[in-house]
Amino acid sequence: MNENVLAPSAVPAGGASWLHRYANPGRFLRLARPCLPWLAGFSLILTVTGLIWGYYFAPADWEQGDAARIMYVHVPAAWVAMAGYAALAVASFFSLIWRHPLADIAAEEIGPVGAGFTFVCLVSGALWGKPMWGAYWVWDARLTSVLVLFFLYLGHIALIRAFDNPQHGHRAAAILALVGAVNLPIIVFSVQWWNTLHQGNTISISGGSKIYITMLYPLLISSLGFYLTFITLVVARMSASIMEKKTRNLLLAAAERS
Amino acid sequence: MTPRKKRRLYLFAACAIGVGSATALSLTALSSTLTYFLSPREVLAKNPAPGMSFRLGGIVQVGTVATTVVGGTPTTHFDVTDGQASIPVTFSGVLPDLFREGQGVVAIGSMTSSNTFSADEVLAKHGASYMPKDVEQALQNAGKWNPKFGPPPAASTWNTLQVKSSSS
Repeated sequence: MNENVLAPSAVPAGGASWLHRYANPGRFLRLARPCLPWLAGFSLILTVTGLIWGYYFAPADWEQGDAARIMYVHVPAAWVAMAGYAALAVASFFSLIWRHPLADIAAEEIGPVGAGFTFVCLVSGALWGKPMWGAYWVWDARLTSVLVLFFLYLGHIALIRAFDNPQHGHRAAAILALVGAVNLPIIVFSVQWWNTLHQGNTISISGGSKIYITMLYPLLISSLGFYLTFITLVVARMSASIMEKKTRNLLLAAAERS
Repeated sequence: MTPRKKRRLYLFAACAIGVGSATALSLTALSSTLTYFLSPREVLAKNPAPGMSFRLGGIVQVGTVATTVVGGTPTTHFDVTDGQASIPVTFSGVLPDLFREGQGVVAIGSMTSSNTFSADEVLAKHGASYMPKDVEQALQNAGKWNPKFGPPPAASTWNTLQVKSSSS
């Protein structure tokens, strides 16, 4: 058996037997289960450290005062919401082209977690907007495109579960996820392409960031915590989903024998 | 790669190019409606009819803010500028906490016949720079930045700035 689970040769073309199709999720399960407690532990430690640092020890902002502390939740949630959708698009790509069963499971389980982080981003942003801008919500390009991201997640969650034949659901949802991926560059560049009420980018990988170092560290630690929390939740959900499928198959086999 | 997978991949690539260019074209075509506000220069160029509601955005010009209180309601006059043109704005009501000279604002309202903008609502558009108060003071004292005149220099030039205490 090929060790590279994502290589196309690892999945037999067409008419694969039940055993072959589920060999890779099984390997995922064997890898994921010992990692899960570690992932969960690190997510908790980093998120809690980042948030306590940000809310109690980081300085207040010169312009926005203590209200700027919402960024330690809002910014990581926004980053994870977008990275989650990118992961969903990649899983959908493998699901559509290679019909990889693990990619199907990943796409099914990323949706609700990503939607949750997008919701946190939208709510924390509204709570930040009211005291600073003077409005919970405005229809500018950044806010609207993130709301579209939330609806894409919800649509994907509904579509992937909407068919009696799960294969059809995976196919249709993969197409939705890939078409929706055009929204990601729109979210990222919305503050540059159009006038928005939302401020521009603060963090820039290519240099020219505009945040003081004692505020940057808690933000980065909190972000790392949020990313790990997302990974933990998705891996846990995928493991549960694989075990559920295995259990169902065992019960079916037992029922057929009797 | 089997021929079937290759065919799916080509089909995917074709669809991606199609969807991508369709989106790009639509966004370019809709660019003027996707913009949340018009700058004073755009307003003067378009010359919207009096009474037509739109959003005006820009910087509160330094030295133009004047507030009068009539019957308990404050009325504020200020100019919104984009550095090239400016439009006088009148607003009755309580301004957001962040409102100050040099601050970005978005005013929702319409032009009056006397070529001033009558705002029903004023939103504050804050910057994307985050730093403690004393770093801001230190930058101002060093003459490196004044919040009234645009965003600060890149953080790499002030992240190492020595301040008395950076905790609140």
